[in-house]
Amino acid sequence: MMSLKPILLWTDVLLGLLILGGLILSGFIRRRRHLRAPWQRVLQSKSGIISLVILSFFLGIGLLDSIHFRPPVDTGKSGSKAYGVEVLSLLDLLVGPLRQRPEKTYSAPLATHLYTKETIELADGRQVRTFPRLIFGGAHLINPELDKTGDIVHRVLTGLGVAMLLWALLSSAWLGFLSRRHRVGFHDWVRTVFRGQCPVPWNAALFTVLALLLAGVPAALLSIKYHLLGTDKVGQDVLYLALKSIRTGLVIGTLTTLVLLPLAVLLGIMAGYFRGWIDDLVQYIYTTFHSIPSVLLIAAAVLMTQVYMDTHPNLFETVNARADFRLLFLCLILGMTSWTGLCRLLRGEALKLREMEYIQAAQAFGVSDFRIIIRHILPNVMHIVLISMVMDFSGLVLAEAVLSYVGVGVDPSMISFGTMINSARMEMAREPMVWWSLASAFSFMFLMVLSANLFADAVRDAFDPRVRTLSDKFNLFGRKPVQEAGKD
Amino acid sequence: MINYLIRRLLYAVPILIGVNLVTFVLFFVVNTPDDMARIHLGVKRVTPQAIAKWKEERGYDKPLLFNHRAPGMATFTETIFFQKSVKLFAFNFGRADDGRDIAYEIKKRMGPSLAIALPVFLLGLLWTISFALMMVFFRSTYLDVWGVVLCVGLMSISSLFYIIGGQYLMSKLWNLVPISGFGDGPAALKFLILPVLVGVISGMGAGVRWYRTIFLEEIGKDYVRTARAKGLSELRVLFKHVLQNAMIPILTGAVVVIPSLFMGSLITESFFGIPGLGSYTIEAISSQDFAVVRAMVFLGSVLYIVGLILTDFSYTLVDPRIRLE
Repeated sequence: MMSLKPILLWTDVLLGLLILGGLILSGFIRRRRHLRAPWQRVLQSKSGIISLVILSFFLGIGLLDSIHFRPPVDTGKSGSKAYGVEVLSLLDLLVGPLRQRPEKTYSAPLATHLYTKETIELADGRQVRTFPRLIFGGAHLINPELDKTGDIVHRVLTGLGVAMLLWALLSSAWLGFLSRRHRVGFHDWVRTVFRGQCPVPWNAALFTVLALLLAGVPAALLSIKYHLLGTDKVGQDVLYLALKSIRTGLVIGTLTTLVLLPLAVLLGIMAGYFRGWIDDLVQYIYTTFHSIPSVLLIAAAVLMTQVYMDTHPNLFETVNARADFRLLFLCLILGMTSWTGLCRLLRGEALKLREMEYIQAAQAFGVSDFRIIIRHILPNVMHIVLISMVMDFSGLVLAEAVLSYVGVGVDPSMISFGTMINSARMEMAREPMVWWSLASAFSFMFLMVLSANLFADAVRDAFDPRVRTLSDKFNLFGRKPVQEAGKD
Repeated sequence: MINYLIRRLLYAVPILIGVNLVTFVLFFVVNTPDDMARIHLGVKRVTPQAIAKWKEERGYDKPLLFNHRAPGMATFTETIFFQKSVKLFAFNFGRADDGRDIAYEIKKRMGPSLAIALPVFLLGLLWTISFALMMVFFRSTYLDVWGVVLCVGLMSISSLFYIIGGQYLMSKLWNLVPISGFGDGPAALKFLILPVLVGVISGMGAGVRWYRTIFLEEIGKDYVRTARAKGLSELRVLFKHVLQNAMIPILTGAVVVIPSLFMGSLITESFFGIPGLGSYTIEAISSQDFAVVRAMVFLGSVLYIVGLILTDFSYTLVDPRIRLE
């Protein structure tokens, strides 16, 4: 496995840049107390930290799935190197067994037999119609009817035990690290955390990690020998499909905002600050874009890319590069249709800010417009940008599924929640019903979107001054207003 | 008032021209009509004659912007831009790729689209506003907190799930209504129940939260305190004062979509087999019928702009302080 040929897909590069930018920005924020304070409020809310843990789990899977390479193909000759046309990711390597064990067709979760009857020829020449054994799922069992339950229980129990052990190790390492940083004795610190007495609810975070481990480790142990979530029509493991879908959702949710941010921020602030003809022009542009029904604009643009890609087939080296180009373009066009809302908000805010005394003072001192925008206006609208960024994420993940259903989403060869649902939608009408593909796609998507929504709420509560006064007044979630926000 | 209306209508013209330019660039400049012909006829093994014939049948054989060979005004009119884009302004949509008149199809399919979209809109508005008012009435109690939790949960579910789940429960498991289809007149009712129900429920999460925030913002204002100090009951304060004063933000979100209801919903109509404009659009997208997609883009923009104007007029109805000048 030493000579892998790394492949940089466009979305990988952009995702990497985004992460890098995020890291640099967080380093910048850490050193400034006034910027740090709202983030601390996010961490101090229970739903915020829980959703953050779950989101980082998804992000981890997505990032593993974003490091691509082409495996070498054994040509039989030594010295010559050839690479397969398949583009694999680190995640594919990690969950290798899931990818490489296709069955013939549908099989139920944890099944040992196929879901459809087939005619099998027995050793003595007779033919029977029966459910044949799966090639891989539960193949290690000699007598599946008798051994299966015991084997599954055994694996789940082992998994739970390992998960507990792992959690104990992880959490004591983390708590030890924190206690050292706060210069508190380990025992005292553990007591404070689990009584919920420190400002950041680390106990909630740790219990979320425990829940993830308790679900994940047994699942991993089971999927070594079974198809945990069954297989789909062509016999692919549904768990594998669901895991691969995560990256597509993440890319769409994040890269789209990357596209729309510069447009919205630049145009919005300029319109609000300069007013006059610039304002008229910007308003005209966003009203025009907003008045086009977004699904239709996306459909039109994607159809046009499809035509372009079909007439220029030699531009793309592999199927994945092609699918990746379409994904990138989808992000681009989604960004083009959704920048108008943020732009309008920012214009309004800039209109308000330019009348503030400190801006007028800056103008009176002869500070250039450019510097005023960068130094005074931009930092004061950043909370709006951030809030709308996290709020958009979940909507974009959901939109991907709908667009793929309409046929203008990601490339059909790209695994995503949308393509999973799309290919499984006729299965509910089957007799007997095949429910597991749909159920897995929807539950993975639900978990991802729900945690994104909760996180977005926590961010909005922490950053939006208007919401903050509201929730202090009505104490919305029974959360005590934290007095010392600066103290971690 | 009339002056205002005229000015707004005039303002709509440049926007529609902009929309037209965007679609023109998308459909004819990014890809030439030759490319489109090649896609429709199959990328490989296509003769230039076949392409020329395809283009001629659909009127794509003219130059894009200027026709130097044509005399006089025809320099501008005998072009793709004039024939395909400018004529949209006269609601002359031309023919679809299968030769049918698009305007006729739109007229025919508007009814079924409205039959779904209008009840979803009205019932949804009524239901979400009442639910939000209830949550505000019980604010800061467990009912409110769990209501918010429910809304966040509902918001996080894919709209496709509501449709598939609804079809499974109501049609397959309980056999209450047919899975999909459409009928004329009263016979349509049994086909409408499920899509309307699904539409209302799937819009509920986001809607209730939105209205709840509006009401909460309103309820913190001074006039509400005054009303309570006068001894009015909380219910009266909510329905008489808060609801009326929250009308402006409610109308802003609601009125603008009313004209667009004609367009129907893509997903709902295609899942439930309703012969409306939404399923027409989906069919056009999947068969790459660009003439229909172009017509729908234009129609959608017109309806949106009508919605914007209607919104402004609706303000004067609920707030006597607003005058349109």
